Parts: sequence; structure tokens; C-alpha cells
Amino acid sequence: MPDDAIPRRSGASVVTPRKATRRPPFPFTAIVGQEEMKRALLIAAVDPSVGGVLAFGDRGTGKSTTVRALAALLPPMTVVAGCPYNCAPDSTSGLCPACTHGDESQVASVPVPVIDLPLGATEDRVLGALDIERALAEGVKAFEPGLLARANRGFLYIDEVNLLEDHLVDVLLDVAASGENVVEREGISIRHPARFVLVGSGNPEEGELRPQLLDRFGLSVEVRTPEDVATRIEVVKRRDAYERDPAGFVASWAKEEAKLRRQIVSARNRLARTSVPDAALDRAARLCLALGTDGLRGELTLMRAARALAAIEGETSVTDQHLRVVAPTALRHRLRRNPLDETASTTRIERALAEVFGG
Amino acid sequence: MEVGSPSPAVDAAMAACLFALDPVGCGVLLRARPGPAREAWVALLRRLWPDARPLRRVPVGIPDSRLLGGLDLAATLAAGRAVAERGVLAECDGGAIILAMAERLDPGTAARIARTIDEGEVVVARDGLTQRLPARFGVLALDEGLADDEVVPRALADRLAIHLALDDALLPKRIDENDLDAAHALLPRVTADERVITALVSASLALGIDTLRAPLHALTVARAAAALAGRGALAEDDIALAARLVLAPRATHLPAPPESAANEDAEELPPPSKNEEDPATAPVPQELQDLVLEAAKAAIPPHLLAELQAGLGARSAPRAAGRLGIEQKARRRGRPSGTRPGALRPGERLALIETIRVAAPWQRFRRAERSVQTTTPRVIVRREDIRLMRFKAPTERTAIFVVDASGSTALARLAEAKGAVELLLSDCYVRRDTVALIAFRGIAAEVVLPPTNALARARRALARLPGGGGTPLASALDLVGKLADQVARRGRTPIAVLLTDGRANVARDGTPGRPKAEEDALFAARQLRAQRLSAILIDTAPRPQPTAQRLATEMGARYLALPYADAERLSRAVRAGMEMQP
Repeated sequence: MPDDAIPRRSGASVVTPRKATRRPPFPFTAIVGQEEMKRALLIAAVDPSVGGVLAFGDRGTGKSTTVRALAALLPPMTVVAGCPYNCAPDSTSGLCPACTHGDESQVASVPVPVIDLPLGATEDRVLGALDIERALAEGVKAFEPGLLARANRGFLYIDEVNLLEDHLVDVLLDVAASGENVVEREGISIRHPARFVLVGSGNPEEGELRPQLLDRFGLSVEVRTPEDVATRIEVVKRRDAYERDPAGFVASWAKEEAKLRRQIVSARNRLARTSVPDAALDRAARLCLALGTDGLRGELTLMRAARALAAIEGETSVTDQHLRVVAPTALRHRLRRNPLDETASTTRIERALAEVFGG
Repeated sequence: MEVGSPSPAVDAAMAACLFALDPVGCGVLLRARPGPAREAWVALLRRLWPDARPLRRVPVGIPDSRLLGGLDLAATLAAGRAVAERGVLAECDGGAIILAMAERLDPGTAARIARTIDEGEVVVARDGLTQRLPARFGVLALDEGLADDEVVPRALADRLAIHLALDDALLPKRIDENDLDAAHALLPRVTADERVITALVSASLALGIDTLRAPLHALTVARAAAALAGRGALAEDDIALAARLVLAPRATHLPAPPESAANEDAEELPPPSKNEEDPATAPVPQELQDLVLEAAKAAIPPHLLAELQAGLGARSAPRAAGRLGIEQKARRRGRPSGTRPGALRPGERLALIETIRVAAPWQRFRRAERSVQTTTPRVIVRREDIRLMRFKAPTERTAIFVVDASGSTALARLAEAKGAVELLLSDCYVRRDTVALIAFRGIAAEVVLPPTNALARARRALARLPGGGGTPLASALDLVGKLADQVARRGRTPIAVLLTDGRANVARDGTPGRPKAEEDALFAARQLRAQRLSAILIDTAPRPQPTAQRLATEMGARYLALPYADAERLSRAVRAGMEMQP
């Protein structure tokens, strides 16, 4: 998976143990229900500038399964071969120091990284630090990139985001805002690009999310256990089939996965040509006004999300329907009172939608 | 209905067998006081446990370096190269861990274990190491919690299939020790009918079990039970056992009477095409579901059954789990809880050992850098090595008193309330809690006293409080929400104490009229509940009112009816109520 795909310099992996036999992730297309969450992730995959996805809700609803499934679904991206920061070969800005100065380099195709930030990770592994192995053995000062480097141009996933240590949250907020990671350690000073889509999931019972962090996510999804029996049965059946034979189950969904992958690719190509008519802009502004959301960020996210959705659906311009569909996801965490009372926020958005769009 | 002969003692012993057979799939949450029953159960497990597989006790306060792994400092320094140390989770790959006092497990630790269970491998990103190690293990969580709010973190409990309660009267019965090896070989081949899945899912829903992990667990447990019995396909006994061990302990309400359940199922079950295959050999889902429900019902302890029947299925009150908000990271008070990197500023305390640990691997390297200088300190510590102590302290509380000073609360009662608040004030002063006072009468509520610990000021504000006029309850509750929000933002835990008869007659916008006013008040109460505000509602009506009780329910508040209380009794009751809050 992603971490194997990222080229690493020799010496960094001396302590790499015997390989864990990892089963392939549960296919994205085989996930029953959870449409809002799947839609939000696809929107972020088509247009990373929407700025992250937060999934909060019930236990055992496959929040992490869905995010991890994304890794296998996304079409591969091209990188400068051997670059630990996944620099884009055809880009001229936002490159790491080596690629900025580098000459013509080899191009490689790698899976889009979906990097898991494990709970209990120490700061040096997140930010990157001096390579301890080489320092000890060779007395050489070499920077070993951390998780943020590996997540560049991909996704950074934090499960149980509300349990994350405060100092790590601060670091993440800083990097997510600037798109750049600056490390000053052991007398080395390095800055490298770290643009990633922050994906967080958690359960509100475990504690609340700091308002600053909440605000940092472009889209917010509420995840509920499906209510009807038929859906529940289907969920359990598929999960059971996967547990019994992961490889076989994944193979049986390969066709669906390929289809959705093509859809993402064509949506990305179409995105730049997807227009947002003035009428839609006006509606979006009126909606945000009616809800009293803070600042322009809500409006901007709403528009971008609607545009990405239009592109996914193969359309060339944003309609009211797109706005209506993405409005709860883009706005529910921006309402002023009771950020945790998601049901009430959703109801308020629905009311405002009916007011602005009529009926 | 005949479902084997469910005896709790036999089921308990079966649980041990299932755990020994399939520790990953049949994790056990054992709720029992330390004592002969628990010892006997664990002894049974150890007897069944194959010697080759690890079965390790993990202390509840285990640090990340031992749980997940990290840099083995001693070996690293001796060898001159980075040596990784495996954590307990990776060491127990293929075996199981025993978590003693699991109810005291920190939510963060529980989340780390839960995630490792999900992934089947432990991901280490610590101390300059990045590792993935296989870690498929079973978990036996020993829960010694006494009170209802002492519970194993849900993230972990949810992932343990079997929830078992033992008390001293219940000794595990000795059963035939099945041939685990044969069962082990059989286990991957045990087939489950789609009907079983349908029945388990429907039954879970009927029992009010929200998580979809429950039917999956039940399926796994039923398969293991079949393998233990040497069966290649699930039998009714296996399904019933799974219902008793997995579903019954998770039930939050009892299924609706059979006739309505049948109607519902007729509509919602998937198309009958799936049920067409060999209808003769297997029971139809409805019967299977009944079997599962009967088995589960039989296993629910009698007192709980009564509670569930009364609709009090609130065993998992959401507030109990939110411990994180209560304990706040204090800078220098409370009990130590780990270390963190940071700058050594006044008011911080250096974690010396940890700082030296961090600096140690770099010493040779730093010495080499410094070799030109003549004198080097024995240990070279740099700014980035500094580790600071972190403490956890319960946050200070702010009690927000909300006093109904309207005409419906007779003036005598107002005097009583004032007296009680005054007594509580001195109490709060002793405990360094701050207090705030909101009064409502006429057409609006106002903050008479913003959060303070100045006792004298509070007394004066109280004494000046006039009475009479309408009851603008909704405005008062809105104000409570706003104030509680402010308090929480300052890092304190708000708790609201309302003294009212609940008879609102002024709406939010200040217009009189009982129906609208009551509707507004209930709405505001729900908002407070959503805000998860701890609250106590004291009914000051001469005769306890259903309106006040309803208000308390909507607000998620503790309800105290004190019709003839004097100030002393009132304050005692509130104090008791406050102690019970987290």
C-alpha cells in the first residue's frame, strides 16, 4: 500500500520487520449506504481544494473502512521518481528543494497516498526528523521525511481525531493552512511541500473537537447506522463475505471499482470546464446569509463542492440540485450555535434550503 | 420455545472455550468483581489455552512505548545502531491480551487497541522508527466497574464479541474440554446460511442494538460454537448461544409484541428469492429470528428485563462516556499523565528522565560535532529534546444557579431557594468552584451574577433579587446555554442548577400565553441537552408537576422534587446531585 509505494532512501528502513500479511482493503464500491460520506470523499478526490472531510458519527458504521477503501480506488498519480515528497513532474511551483533544483528526472506512477496517522505517533515521525539510524551508524546528518511528506498530494487520515494529542493538532493545523512543513531540528533546517486533504473521523462520545480544527475541514459528514433491515442485512453479508475471503471478495468488485475510477478521472478533466452560473452563485450567497455562516469560507466551499459534484455527474454547469445536495455537507459545521448538535444543524440547513430554493 | 437448556454457568464456560478457540473473533468483556468466580473462569481459560500462544496481562496504564513499541534505548546505545523494541500488541500476535481493570482504561489507549484489532497489525510511528507489525490477537477485558458510569471505553467494548457478567454465586461449570485442535481445523469451513444473517440482523434491530458489529460478532461466535461441537454448519443451538452471549448483553429494549414485528418483517425483509433454497432443511427467518430473540431474552438478567420493559433502557447514557471533556490538561496540578515536547517556560515542569531518554541516542553524534571544543558536557541536551510533564486535573466547575423568581413560585419558596443557594455558595467556595446566578421573571431572564468566586458579591446579588411576574422559562434556558458555553470555553465544566416549577407562561419573544411558552421552553431544553450540559432541575412546586418533570427529561437533567424542603435540605439534595455528576 502507500508506504511501500513511496520510495525511501536506503538506510531508513533498516528496522523494517518481516512483512505483515495485509489483506486488501474493503472495496469502496461495496460499501452499502453512507452516500453522504462517499460523496464527500469523491468530491475531495476530484477537487482537493474543498479542504478536507470530517466524518463524525455512530460506531461500527465503516467510517475508517470507507477512507481506507479510497486508497485502492483512486487513479494513480505521476511523481518524480525517488522523490520522498511525491513532487509532481510537470509542476514548477510547490516543489521540494531537490526537485526545484533538479534536472530532468525520471517519472514514476504511484498510487495516491492515503496516509494513516496512527494514534500515539510522536512528533518526529509526523514532521520528519534526523535519520536516527544514519546518525548513529555513520554520524551523518540526514533528514528522514515524516508522515506529512508522504501525504503530500494525497490524503492524511486521522481516525479518532478527537483523541489526537494537542501538540500534534497544532502542528497539523499549521501545516494544513500553509501547505508547507518547516522542520528545525538537530541543527538542520528544511522546508518541504505538504499539501494534503485532511480526513478525520471520530465519535462525538469520545470528546469534542476543538473549534479551530472543526473549522479546518471543508466538508463535514454525519454518519449514522442504517435504519432499515434490508440495508443492515446487506452490510453484514458483505462484511462477512469479505472477512471469509478478502481476496476473492475484492476481485468480485474489481469491475465496479474500475468504473468509478474512470468516473473520477473524467470528472477531474471536466472540472476546469464546469461553470458556476451567476444564478447559482447568488443562491449560494443567499443560503449562507440565511444561515448566518461565518465568513466567506462556507460559500467558497459550497461552490467548489457543488462544482466537483457536477463534474462527477458528468454535467458542465452547476445546478440548484447540486447546491442542495452538498449544502448540508459544506455548511453544517459552520453554523454558529451548537456545533455538535448535528441533527439540529441539518434541520436548520434544510429549512434554509426550502426558503432559498422554494419548496 | 426450546433452545437448548440455557444455564448461565454453562454459557460462561462455553465463552472460555470459544475465546480459546478463536480469540480474535470471540473477544470477551468479563464484567465481574475479582473473586472466586472470575478466578475460576480465568483458570479454565488458561487450562484450555495452548501453551505455544502468548496470553499476556497488560496493565491499564501501559505507556505507548510498551503497548505499540518504539526505540529500545539500552540496546540502541549498546549496539550503536537503532534497535526497535516490539510492543505488547505485536508480541501477542497469534495470542491474546488480558486487560485488567479495563474500566479504567484511558480512551486513547482503548482507541489504539481498537485500531490494532481492526487492522490486524500495529502501526508504530515513534522515536524515529516507522514499523508495521502483524498483530492479530484476542482481547479479554476484565471489567471491575461498580457504578454505572464506570464502563470500559465503548471503542473497545464494541469490538469484543462476548459480554459476560459473572457474580460470586456463579461458578463456571466444568464442561468437557473439547478437542480444540479439531475445532480449529473445522472453523474456516463452517458455513452460515444467509437466513442466519437475516435473523441475527433483524433480532439485533428488534433488541434495539444499534451497532452493526453486534450481528457480525454473533455470526462469528455461532461459527466458533459450531466448530466446537464438530458441526460443519450452524445449528440452532449455536445461534441461540451466540444470541445469549453477544446480543442479550447489548439489548437496549425489548422487541415489540410478535404480531407487529411480523408485519414489519413481511415488508422489510429482502425479496423471497433468497429464501427459496431448500426450505425444508432450514427454518425460515421468522422462526430463526424468534429463536434468536427468545434466546437473547432468556439471557437478559431479570432486573434488567424489568428495566427494559419499563422503557428505561438507558444503560449507555451518552454522557458517561465523554470523560475527555471532564479531565482537562492542567499545566502543573493533578496527576501526571505522560510527557510532551515543548519549550521550558516558567510554570512548566521538566520531565528529566524522558528528556535524557530522547537525548541519549544522539550523544555520540553530537559529541563528534563538538569535538573541536575542548570541554563538552557529559550529556549534550538540545532544545528539541526537552520533554515536559503533563498533568491531568479535574476541571474546576462553575455552578450556574437559575432561579425562578416569577409570581408562580410563591415568595416563600423564593426565600427558600435563596437560602439554599447561599448554602451552596459557601460549599462551592470551599471547593473552589465558581458560581453564577441567572434569575428570570416578568418578560426576560438576566444574568444577575456572572461567574465568580466572590462570595460576598453573590450574597448581595441574591438579597437584591425581587420576585413576581411571569415565567419566561425559554429565555432563561437560552441564557443558561449561552453562559454555559462561555464557561466551557474558559476551560471550566459548567453545571446548571435550576429551581423552578416548570410552568412557563411567557414565550421566547416576550409574549404571554402558556402553550407557546411551554413549547419554547421544551425546545430550549432540548438545545441544552444537545449541548450536553449537566443539569439538575429542582421542582419547587408545592405539588410535583409533570411539566417540570417533562422539562427535566427533555433537558437530560436530574430531577429532584422537593415540595416542602427547607434551605438546608434543598442544598443537601443539590450537593448530592452535584457529587453524582461526573
